[in-house]
Amino acid sequence: MSEEHNELTEPATAESFENPGLGHHRPRLGDDDPRAAKRSERQVVALFTVSILATIGGIVGYFAFPVAEPDAGNVRMSTLVLGLGLGLGMLGIGAAAVHWAKSLMNDHEKVEERHEQRGDDATRERAVEMLQEGAADSGIARRPVLKGALGTALALAPLSFVVPLVGNLGADWNVSKFRHTAWAGTPDGGPRYLATDPTDRRIKASDITRGSMVHVMPYRLPEEEHYLEEKAKAVVIVIRVDPSILKEPEERRGWSYDGIVAYSKVCTHVGCPVALYEQQTHHVLCPCHQSTFDITDQAKVVFGPAKRPLPQLPIAVDDEGYLYAQQDFDEPVGPSYWERER
Amino acid sequence: MKALAARRRHRLAPVILMALALLFTGVVYAAIAPSAAQADTASADDLTEGERLFITNCSTCHGLDAEGTPEAPSLIGVGAASVHFQIVTGRMPMDANSPQAEAKPPQLDEEQAQQVAAYIASLGPGPSIPSAEQVDPTLGDAAAGGALFRTNCAMCHNAVGAGGALTEGKYAPALYESTPTEIYEAMLTGPQSMPVFNDATLTEEDKRDVIAYLIEQREPNPGGLSLGSLGPVSEGLWVFVVGMGVLICAAVWIGSRSS
Repeated sequence: MSEEHNELTEPATAESFENPGLGHHRPRLGDDDPRAAKRSERQVVALFTVSILATIGGIVGYFAFPVAEPDAGNVRMSTLVLGLGLGLGMLGIGAAAVHWAKSLMNDHEKVEERHEQRGDDATRERAVEMLQEGAADSGIARRPVLKGALGTALALAPLSFVVPLVGNLGADWNVSKFRHTAWAGTPDGGPRYLATDPTDRRIKASDITRGSMVHVMPYRLPEEEHYLEEKAKAVVIVIRVDPSILKEPEERRGWSYDGIVAYSKVCTHVGCPVALYEQQTHHVLCPCHQSTFDITDQAKVVFGPAKRPLPQLPIAVDDEGYLYAQQDFDEPVGPSYWERER
Repeated sequence: MKALAARRRHRLAPVILMALALLFTGVVYAAIAPSAAQADTASADDLTEGERLFITNCSTCHGLDAEGTPEAPSLIGVGAASVHFQIVTGRMPMDANSPQAEAKPPQLDEEQAQQVAAYIASLGPGPSIPSAEQVDPTLGDAAAGGALFRTNCAMCHNAVGAGGALTEGKYAPALYESTPTEIYEAMLTGPQSMPVFNDATLTEEDKRDVIAYLIEQREPNPGGLSLGSLGPVSEGLWVFVVGMGVLICAAVWIGSRSS
């Protein structure tokens, strides 16, 4: 049996090598020289002493730097001293144990043969016998209802964690929500004004001087339900440039106001906030993957992995000079998804 | 000397030379690095002196009447705050036409900067240098400033003001060394690539809150070593090089034979 096993697992060339056996045992300094052994012992003791001192130091530090006072320096010292005490305390014990074993305990090479993994035939037959006995004793073959009940119970039991797991993946499968943002209008049907983020102050067109940039969210959105979800879709950057350098197609001519343009702040690549505005080049960069959009030319992509321009928010000015959104974005903001074009 | 000459081809010689060169560069830089300028309240009406300084230091690029040339913009209407910021941070006079005017040791002192600023302000109205009260971080609310900073500034300057890269060699500088006046003036005037945050979009109180937040970041970090607050790059480098290096050394030591 064992011969057959060897033939199967060992490569054919195994016979061409002779087992080199163990090398010549080389004694360590400490094996012959008691002074060297004594020195190793002292080193082990020193390592244990490091551990002891570090632990004591950590405890002393805990009382010396109380974290009760609101002092950042104290917190840092307390953490540092406790961490060093714990770390060196453990490291000292570990290093001492390793050094002890390496230098003082015996280092004679020992060979332990790996035992055969396969059980012998008698054991295997007995095992199969026991299984069959158990099956016969349970009477599962004779009692089909019992068999069915057991199978059903086993099949259903995992559902109590599988169903919530799958269900929680997405409680809301309404993808059309991506098409609408809070800019469509206020809950009572009025137009949505532009407000500063995070201070929620309405913005006048005259507030935005040339070269400036404002981070904008819909006015009074924080008072509404699910405000963070809505804000995540509706964040906008507003920038004013010289109107003569704006390249606007005919159908978008009314979307800006005297050089003030508003674009979605959500990158069309994977949705990072695109907000690094270079005032002199009129480029907006995404901090995640360096997609670059030209604000003067409909926020078209000039560099990077983004594939689509940033959606533009059509803005207008009311009688008092405040900026508001004429309508919602005309396309979903943010990265692409399967149903986007449908 | 002879011993040195004999060892100059030693295999560690380049390493030692490099270490010495780095140390030397560091020491020299520390010695000549720019020190932060202190702003006083604007008092100078010595326009003649300001004009003289302008003609000597600035007119080569900005033109004798400050109306700009093809190389440099007009300064009429930029205001005293812009001029003061550019001069006290050493950005102007610029020493080379690079992607970005670098901060360097200021070429003019505080009084001269005030004089040039007053002269430029006399040519056309613009933002003026903030008062000491406007930039006093103790009067600001650091928590509100943090919210404003994260929305308006952090994407370029990093969440704690450690700075960051822009395109084509441009960058947003670190704000750890900037004085409150410089921070205020930068927000107000939008130097170079930076957009303008005027008093309507970021009010005077908002600006003071932002300054309070930035000054707060200079306190010791209770979290310990911040590794430059740069996020995963410096932390990952530390873990891969130092952390894994130490683990490998420990594994080699445990596995090695005792002598």
